[in-house]
Amino acid sequence: MFTNLGLPWATPAGMTRRHFAKHMAGASALAGTAALVGNTIQTHASEMSKQRKSAILLWMGGGPSTMDIWDLKPGSATGGPFRPISTTGNMQISEHMPLTAKQMHNLSVVRSMSTREADHNRGRYYMHTGFVPNPNIEHPGYGSVVAHELFHQREGLAIPPFVSVGGSSTGPGFLGMAWAPFSVTSNGRIRNLDMKLEEKRLLQRMAALDVIESGFINRTRGSAASEHQKVLKKTLDLMTSDQMEAFRVEKEPEETKEMYGTNGFGQGCLLARRLVEAGVPFVEVDLGGWDNHNGIFPTLADTKLPQLDKAMSALTSDLEQRGLLESTAIIWMGEFGRTPRINANAGRDHYARAWSCVVGGAGIKGGLAVGETSTDGTTVETEPFSSEDLMATVFRGLGISLETTYTSKSGRPMKIANGGKVIRELVS
Amino acid sequence: MHCAVPGGGKNFLFNVEGIDQMSRLWLKQKYDSHRKLVPSLLAVLVVCGLASHFAASCAAQSDYEQVKVINQHIQQGWGDYEIRPASEVDDAKWCRRVHLDIIGRIPTLDELNAFMSSRDRNKRQKLVQSLLYDDRYTEEYAENWATIWANVLIGRSGGSERNSLTNRDGMLKYLRDSFAANKSYNEMVYDLVTAEGSTKPGTENFNGATNFLADKVNAEQAVLATSSVSRLLLGQQVQCTQCHNHPFNQWKQQKFWEFNAFFRQTRALRRYVSGTRDVEHAELVNEDFAGEGGDPEDALIFYELRNGLTKVAYPVFIDGQEVSPSGFLSDVNRREELAKLMLQSEFLDKMFVNRMWSQFLGYGFTKPIDDLGPHNPPSHPELLDYLGQQVRQHSYDPKLLIEWITLSKPYQLTAQMTSANEIDDPTMGETPKFSHFYLRQMQAEQLYQSLVAVTGAGAAGSYEKQEQERRRWLRQFVVAFGTDEGDEATTFNGSIPQALMMFNGDLIKKAIASDRGTFLGDIAANKNRASAKVDSLFLAGLARRATRSEQAIAAKLLVARGGDTAEMLQDVWWALLNSNEFIMQH
Repeated sequence: MFTNLGLPWATPAGMTRRHFAKHMAGASALAGTAALVGNTIQTHASEMSKQRKSAILLWMGGGPSTMDIWDLKPGSATGGPFRPISTTGNMQISEHMPLTAKQMHNLSVVRSMSTREADHNRGRYYMHTGFVPNPNIEHPGYGSVVAHELFHQREGLAIPPFVSVGGSSTGPGFLGMAWAPFSVTSNGRIRNLDMKLEEKRLLQRMAALDVIESGFINRTRGSAASEHQKVLKKTLDLMTSDQMEAFRVEKEPEETKEMYGTNGFGQGCLLARRLVEAGVPFVEVDLGGWDNHNGIFPTLADTKLPQLDKAMSALTSDLEQRGLLESTAIIWMGEFGRTPRINANAGRDHYARAWSCVVGGAGIKGGLAVGETSTDGTTVETEPFSSEDLMATVFRGLGISLETTYTSKSGRPMKIANGGKVIRELVS
Repeated sequence: MHCAVPGGGKNFLFNVEGIDQMSRLWLKQKYDSHRKLVPSLLAVLVVCGLASHFAASCAAQSDYEQVKVINQHIQQGWGDYEIRPASEVDDAKWCRRVHLDIIGRIPTLDELNAFMSSRDRNKRQKLVQSLLYDDRYTEEYAENWATIWANVLIGRSGGSERNSLTNRDGMLKYLRDSFAANKSYNEMVYDLVTAEGSTKPGTENFNGATNFLADKVNAEQAVLATSSVSRLLLGQQVQCTQCHNHPFNQWKQQKFWEFNAFFRQTRALRRYVSGTRDVEHAELVNEDFAGEGGDPEDALIFYELRNGLTKVAYPVFIDGQEVSPSGFLSDVNRREELAKLMLQSEFLDKMFVNRMWSQFLGYGFTKPIDDLGPHNPPSHPELLDYLGQQVRQHSYDPKLLIEWITLSKPYQLTAQMTSANEIDDPTMGETPKFSHFYLRQMQAEQLYQSLVAVTGAGAAGSYEKQEQERRRWLRQFVVAFGTDEGDEATTFNGSIPQALMMFNGDLIKKAIASDRGTFLGDIAANKNRASAKVDSLFLAGLARRATRSEQAIAAKLLVARGGDTAEMLQDVWWALLNSNEFIMQH
């Protein structure tokens, strides 16, 4: 990686300057070059945005009660107090999601999700990777896979291709740390971004670092040492790129910020839109607090659902208005759903056997409710769908071949999306 | 004594049978105690002299029977898999390794030099014992293990959320005091499981051990206490069986609730800041438990099967031993009964050994380390059994176990993979064979302490002030998952946020300061030649001297800095700190 970086004093000046242009865009001495690089990427963006696919995962940490949001059971003993309302799609959803109801022609609800993992860690892993946890192998999560597969469409992207907002998502597994989520807070502020060091001196330090790094890699072998080197390269790219402007969510007009909701999740969704515009293939935005074992209904009605409703509807309509929805998949899910039975603390517990996820964008059909659950919400009455199936559907929308096979470090071949079947109703 | 013979093929182990027996017999006559053995120089010389014919390494001399047994089992594994172990790590790197693992930081230049210049054949054991028993390390030893155990018991974010019932200071204080006094592990477990009192230091009835359970007993009928105690201390993964029988785990739903019943006399009471609704601290108390059937003499609990049927559970330990069904404290204190039963369980011993082993060798005998269920067989079952029995026989002395592990053969190996051992790569899902040292990244806490010790970075002032600063710094890497169980992850995992901190963070800026009186300032000002100064940095950071190409680049940097040595040292030190070789434990 840095091996051909060369020392600024040891290589022809032109070589050095090209490196500066690449690594140091934005530095004052090279303002002209930097602007040029920035413009090229902008032009690229508008031309490419049609073919260039992206995905935004809205991750509901804790396991949301989907039968109080997307698949209501009014009148049943387990139904809870919420009423269903009509939407612009062919389904009804919770009365506490009025803004999203107007976007449902763009989104579809898969009501026949049926999974087996009802523990947070296992569920998070399974829904993110399509695989059940296995102590001997770490599978890559959604974001790492999508970033890995779509990165080639983004030449010159300096922002890490998988950004996780307000959470930490799931790791890159055997794809390696270079595909790890770049975790940022929802205000887009990135710690320690500024070096405040003369560019030439930074490059000289990097050259010294490269000698030490490479020596260690040659001596010890194994992946841990070399992964470190890849991450250093990405860090240097990112530190010195004007593309990082995309993180400055505070530059958005007040009314846009207001539309998404002036809370962490709202601003996180707005940041996700900015990142997708800038070419980032995968953004995950986390909204925690769905582990409602106690007093679930007031929590949902007063806090969680209003936040979700505002941000999710704003994101969908904003993407649509900017012409990005046809190339950007939206996935809404958590680890699992929650028990139809309301427990003694007026809460619902973990339940994976019958629940809902929501998808749309990137050519995935909107406005549909796929599958059905029983009148009390305890079982799936139609063909059940798994994490793998949902993932396969999303990958189809993103134009990622489902024939893609990874080979783990130990040589085990693994089909992308764990061989899941595309949900036919959702694709044309 | 077994020594590795390079190029020996399958039967590479050479058993110096006669001498082994001779020296063992001799030692047996001479010493009874297991601790602080000073081996006979003569025996050592004879053994090493012979063994050196076979290029065997005798750098870690130890006469503990336990070390020999560890070596035998581990070497047996190498033989079975036809692996040749890596060569023995040199003294300087080993010194760095053992400092990081025992006291949580790299050695200072002085400590490293002292160790390297010692000609004592027994110096590795002496260093381990110095780090464990020497008064000047007591504080760092206790701090390191308190940090490790606090992260295990309450997580990195435990106690940082507003209105959390956990008091991190209280937890750390209990652990620090326990490790400083070298409390037996079984006593610590007893304390943690049975603790009553206040969570916060300085309050009436303070008992820091209460912080383990303070946030785990109130919500959801104490399911978090159930799963944490069983998993962390007994290696029993039960969390899934809360709601259903596990498909391939021996635990059934009934067992989960029987274990859970032990915690049902316990409550964490909130104590408020007077006149507000802010929790000031919590008090963990035992109360009579009326049971869910309304009869305290028969204090049963109910749980629901997946088919909707309701079943009944009483306190029953994992091995089937029952305690009185009464909920009255005057009849039975359920947590005390639980702790007594735990202390009889072999899982307590194995879990302790497995955790400690993985702490030093990077992997335990099972993966994950806290799943000792029958569905997850260990890599070295006999060794795990043996070490479990040994810790029990040696009154659960953590320091003794640390000696056994750090003086064992696998702990002396380099991190180098060769064609003769590259199949031993646990990152590829292979079962660890411990034929080379597994590279692993320092923890955030270790990095911080290392920079503080070596360069004086970090906060000045009182202990409290420094601790606050440290905690503020550590918090930037913790990410919570938003679940009731407080699941979390760290971004100090080799990803970009960590790299950015190492490139540009304030801590690094302090570490590379070169003013008078700083680490770099002092080296810049000494009378050594520039190349010797550069060597000092490499020794301090990486426990080795600079290579020729590294010296060459340092020389170029010196020219680029216009001959300013301090600035050149800054550049070199920055590069060192950012290297894989620095951030890895190797």
